Amino acid sequence: MSLAGLFLITFLLVHLGLNLLVITNNDPMVFNKAAHFMSTNKLIKVFEIILFGGFLLHIIYALILQAQNWLARPKRYHKTNKSETSPFSKWMIHTAVIVLTFIVMHLFDFYFKSKFGGAPEILVGGEHYHDFASMVVTKFRLPEFVILYLAAFIFLGFHLIHGFQSAFKTLGLNNKTYTPVIQALSIIYTIFVVGGFSAIPLVIYFQ
Amino acid sequence: MKLILKIWRQNSASERGRFVDYSLSDISPESSFLEMLDILNEKLIMEGEEPVVFDHDCREGICGTCGMYINGRPHGPDELITACQLHMRKFSDGDTIVIEPWRARAFPVIKDLTVDRSALDRIIEDGGYISVNTGNAPDANSIPVNKEHADLAMDAAVCIGCGACVAACKNASAMLFVSAKVSHLALLPQGRIEARERVHKLVARMDALGFGNCTNTGACEAECPKGIKLTNIARLNREYYRSRIF
Repeated sequence: MSLAGLFLITFLLVHLGLNLLVITNNDPMVFNKAAHFMSTNKLIKVFEIILFGGFLLHIIYALILQAQNWLARPKRYHKTNKSETSPFSKWMIHTAVIVLTFIVMHLFDFYFKSKFGGAPEILVGGEHYHDFASMVVTKFRLPEFVILYLAAFIFLGFHLIHGFQSAFKTLGLNNKTYTPVIQALSIIYTIFVVGGFSAIPLVIYFQ
Repeated sequence: MKLILKIWRQNSASERGRFVDYSLSDISPESSFLEMLDILNEKLIMEGEEPVVFDHDCREGICGTCGMYINGRPHGPDELITACQLHMRKFSDGDTIVIEPWRARAFPVIKDLTVDRSALDRIIEDGGYISVNTGNAPDANSIPVNKEHADLAMDAAVCIGCGACVAACKNASAMLFVSAKVSHLALLPQGRIEARERVHKLVARMDALGFGNCTNTGACEAECPKGIKLTNIARLNREYYRSRIF
């Protein structure tokens, strides 16, 4: 669970790094070529399978652990718990469902279109490229998509802010010096990822 | 003080329970929570009703026997105390207090607010000890112990096994309890000898008994009357991986 989570956390950074090319470059072909490389390179193809494996492992473990956790308390309390705890941790499974729904939708929006057709193509230097850049721009000109994506990023943030530092504790990586650093990193990482992903629809919409 | 108590009444594990409302008046704010329940029980006995069954023993906050879920918190609205050390001054006149038993599959209700916490003893039976004949007290300096480790081991050893961690946890996990026992022994040279088998057996038994899993939420740490730290859970995980991998 924790290892798969940390793997997905690193994936998000790669994903964000590529996406930021859309708003940091005036030439849409920079992003298109990067996306082209990601979808055609043999090594990346192997990583793609590992990535789906990581998602699947994370989801399957989550389902098993959550089922065990619910079964561990068949009769719930009348009064909801008032203990002072991390609010994000209490809602992990709920934010997970929201994020997963978003991911499926997101795959339909971009990934499946590139695999099974439906994505616009352009011819540059005798080679066909999917025009992801224009797909992104067309999408984020619509306010409903901007709002949907921003909301999903916020819930992703709630999931990450607990998940990041919790994964280290589960792996037993905890001590006086590193734990505060890990905790600070989890906040910095979350702000960076949520902020970075949110900047893309916002910049495109207000351009 | 005038109070309305909403208390869980259940005759046995196999019967259905329900909340019953009781009203009490003239309760001193200086009385303890258990004294307040004693007053209620005397009243019930006088009225020919069955008194509310609740666990208690030392009433000094050290035995871990009294345990109830008071207004959404194990041991009630105060820090670092057991229910017997909770005083009525923590409540206001006219308050409604909801009192429930610990809720966990591993802790079946025996009667009313008393639950069977022997699942924690079953965990200890599987290795929460060191297998040596202790004999007479040895010389204190015959086995040197690093001061930092001695302090951490003592901090973990103060666990009284009350079960508040399980009660507070959204997953009814016993990880804080098990981690305290594992840490307490693993940090000392005498406990290191069996550390590998111990962590393995304790975790296996905890899982088999139907406790939930740890999500590092920290409700256990917030409610532990003895201030057992969440860092013990990370140490338990560390010990566990070490026993599996190395």
